[in-house]
Amino acid sequence: MNIEDIIKPENLVFKKTGLLTEKPLSYCPGCGHGVAHRLVMEVIEEMGIEEKTIGIAPVGCSVLAYEFMNIDMQQAAHGRAPAVATGVKRVLPDHFVFTYQGDGDLAAIGTAETIHACNRGENITIIFINNGIYGMTGGQMAPTTLPGMRSSTSPYGRDVASMGHPLKMTELVAHLPGTCYVARHAVHTPANVTKTKKSIRKAFEYQRDKKGLSFVEIVSNCNSGWKMTPVDSNQWMEENMFPFYPLGVIKDIDAKTK
Amino acid sequence: MAKARGAIVVDKEKCKGCELCVVVCPTNVIRLAQEVNGKGYHFAYMEIPVACTGCTNCALVCPDSVITVYRLKQPVSEN
Repeated sequence: MNIEDIIKPENLVFKKTGLLTEKPLSYCPGCGHGVAHRLVMEVIEEMGIEEKTIGIAPVGCSVLAYEFMNIDMQQAAHGRAPAVATGVKRVLPDHFVFTYQGDGDLAAIGTAETIHACNRGENITIIFINNGIYGMTGGQMAPTTLPGMRSSTSPYGRDVASMGHPLKMTELVAHLPGTCYVARHAVHTPANVTKTKKSIRKAFEYQRDKKGLSFVEIVSNCNSGWKMTPVDSNQWMEENMFPFYPLGVIKDIDAKTK
Repeated sequence: MAKARGAIVVDKEKCKGCELCVVVCPTNVIRLAQEVNGKGYHFAYMEIPVACTGCTNCALVCPDSVITVYRLKQPVSEN
């Protein structure tokens, strides 16, 4: 059997969603942002809400998210995406609003906005990409950098005595009464990609049902910032990031209690 | 024995050669090419097309969504 006999429209099982533009992504090879972008867009396409969804782009590597996501987007000042999303959602309550933020944006300069939006229970969805480093500016230490992890501003490893402890934003916001769904996932293996997509779908469904703020963290790699190949960085992430940032659903107000 | 048959199409010019598809492929179909694309990346291609089952693992982890997957609806018998 020839390859040409298989490559026919009727045999198609996977293709890039039409909600991603044709522009090549500006991310480094192997960066988790690409998969996260695609999953958010696939969920929006499957729910048929592309005409009613407004995304808020952050500052960081994904500052140009509006170039790649073929929906209505607004780019916010550094860390202010949840505040902008709050405004958009209150003006257009029947629309879906999500923010897409990295750890430097959400966990450092935007901590106040994030925590207060979560505490107010704004009916929005936050997608949080955590790679433990400031990727865009050259791999500096972020609040989420692991203890002992090397970065360009902690070349001997993060020393918690002088540099403080990493911030677990996801566990933190799970304690707030305004959040309805809080989960942490990864996108480096097919199984994790499927789980993450289900979680993002649930987050948007909770927003549709006006249950409160839904928050999905995606632990990702930064192979350029970590100075590794994409494959090595995923392995390093499994060995070092996951013990500190365990994957799973942390809070689900609709979960059946045993 | 009946075997699922599939095939992938890689958008060569957008592939960044990150190699993530190569390591997740359960049947080791994918390799990086010796030659490079317009951006200088070694793009992914099917080295052993007959082994592809169309499982979509490569497409799921591809950060740049450059892989399109096709799979025959009926498994073919192996002779």
